[in-house]
Amino acid sequence: MKRILTASLLALSMTAAGAALADPVKIGVITTLSGGGAGLGVDTRDALVLAFRKSGNTDVELVIEDDAQKPELAVQIAEKMIQSDKVDLMTGIIWSNLAMAVVPNTVAQDVIYLSPNAGPSALAGANCNKNYFNVAYQNDNFHEAMGQYANQDYKKTFILAPNYPAGKDSLTGFKRYYKGELAGELYTQVGQTDYAAEIAQIRAAGADSVFFFLPGGMGIAFMKQYAQSGVGLPVLGPGFSFSQDVLPAVGDAALGVKNSASWSKDLDNEANKEFVEAFQAEYGRLPSIYAAQSWDTANLILSALAKADVKDKDAFRAALKAADFKSVRGEFTFNTNQHPIQNIYVREVVKEGDVLTNKIIATAFEKHGDAYVEQCKM
Amino acid sequence: MSIALIIEQLLNGLQLGVMLFLIAAGLTLIFGVMGLINLAHGSLYMIGAFACAAVAAATGSFWLGLAASLAAAAAAGALMEMAIIRRLYERDHLDQVLATFALILILSEGTRWMFGSFPLYLDIPPLLQGAVPLPGGGQYQLYRLAIIGVGIVVAVGLYLLISRTRLGMRIRAGESDREMIAALGVDIRTLYTVVFALGAALAGLAGALVGALQSVQVGMGEPALILAFVVIVIGGIGSIKGALVGAILVGVVDTMGRFLLPKLLALTMPASQANLVGAALASMLIYILMALILALRPRGLFAGQA
Repeated sequence: MKRILTASLLALSMTAAGAALADPVKIGVITTLSGGGAGLGVDTRDALVLAFRKSGNTDVELVIEDDAQKPELAVQIAEKMIQSDKVDLMTGIIWSNLAMAVVPNTVAQDVIYLSPNAGPSALAGANCNKNYFNVAYQNDNFHEAMGQYANQDYKKTFILAPNYPAGKDSLTGFKRYYKGELAGELYTQVGQTDYAAEIAQIRAAGADSVFFFLPGGMGIAFMKQYAQSGVGLPVLGPGFSFSQDVLPAVGDAALGVKNSASWSKDLDNEANKEFVEAFQAEYGRLPSIYAAQSWDTANLILSALAKADVKDKDAFRAALKAADFKSVRGEFTFNTNQHPIQNIYVREVVKEGDVLTNKIIATAFEKHGDAYVEQCKM
Repeated sequence: MSIALIIEQLLNGLQLGVMLFLIAAGLTLIFGVMGLINLAHGSLYMIGAFACAAVAAATGSFWLGLAASLAAAAAAGALMEMAIIRRLYERDHLDQVLATFALILILSEGTRWMFGSFPLYLDIPPLLQGAVPLPGGGQYQLYRLAIIGVGIVVAVGLYLLISRTRLGMRIRAGESDREMIAALGVDIRTLYTVVFALGAALAGLAGALVGALQSVQVGMGEPALILAFVVIVIGGIGSIKGALVGAILVGVVDTMGRFLLPKLLALTMPASQANLVGAALASMLIYILMALILALRPRGLFAGQA
């Protein structure tokens, strides 16, 4: 049985294999499977594949391609998927700049796109589209939550993020809810790996806490160097730099850090327990936020497929919008701009045995939407 | 802005410079002696970091990891030279760029295949954790001081190797006239392999040292490689002295720029905007420096005689 499953998984990436089935639903998955950001894409793919396999639905065929985190490559793959593979739905993109390159063109060709991660503000506001569903969050959400949470304990936070759109959105999101004074505000270079100069300034700024958004390797580098610097102020951040995929690399330096996310491994609901167990049993590691969002994406698609024919676009969109699935995040509904309304939690990095992971300690927002919904005319 | 903060930032600049020197030295040596542009030099840096992280995780000793990083990078370098690079010396630079770019892709995906997609853990050894006091009331991280120390030792060692030893004499001779030293009976093939392995080992050492500060992950080599190219263009291609001076210049200018530019701009515009503009300008600073130096000295500060 295992071999058949493996074989069919291999076949999933090949168009020809679908011919034997009676017109399966084709889902194009463009995600990052090579290069420095591959960890996120691998988690996204693994959860998606596992969710469809677990569902027992044999009518779904995944066409999986690697975008190597390159926008131009992602655009080419999307064109190929739409034109020659004739996919019914698309999903998978991790990075906001790739989403901005692919999504507008995809939805304009009347292909439904479900974002499992990237949530750029442009697509939530003025450029929202009936064919675009975001199953993850709007980019500002996690940062807003930390701004809100920081009000409890801190009055003088030092904030920093990389100098690019998502970095600016991050600090904007934080400041939207933070009421205290800023000890300093810094923009770093994208891809920067040495933060000695920034940490020296934090030390000198007289801050009482530090908030940072530095995705991927940048955050790992910052946390390790910060821990060694002896500055010792409490650290706040969005969940990205403390997700299960990077925690092992950060090591004990992450212990005690407060971070925000819409999901955590210890969220107490049936769907989540089943997800964490299934993922861990299959892949031998704990799932990350990306895996959770991807799992939800798959289950949302499955719930809509059960209700409507994918070829009947209007009915299918309505079925998606109903969000009639068991989310691992607990309560989940779509806002009018087809972005999530959900709780955002504050988590703390803890050690369970010798595994670093997150534990929920507070709820920053209940049923939180996003700041751009008003701009969406839909 | 206290004296301690400025001293700390200068040390940070020096440390970044020393790190860049370790990478750039091998790159410039290989270009100077063999006339080869090696884009895969950053991959050797990555190999050093991965070897150190893997061995440190398996044995619990950073120092064994450090030794492994030197050995792995040198071995990978020698192997690369014998299997592929050797065929490229007579070809033009475009072929070299293409072939060594292919090597980046192969080595990156090979590393992913061996170690997986997620970053590895490597931490500073207990011996070098903590900070030492600075004059003026500040403190500086011991590990970064150790990196500066390693850089100075390597710079002196390379100088002695090249100016005082037989191998160094051959390297210098190979730099100026490779046909002649071949005619004099020097085994130029072995010489090239040794030089390549030496350059690779230095990159591997840099990777291991930096790996403890940053994330050990696939693709970590390329940003470092770009900076290393800036360093050798500023310093003059083929010159170890140029690499040292260029690296320290880039390190200090980059660090001080990131530190001071936003503060300077804040004198004339609102703070939030000054931070954005300052950060943007700071990221261009070393390239502006490079352009200025090239305008004044088109072959770099210490261009070789070739």
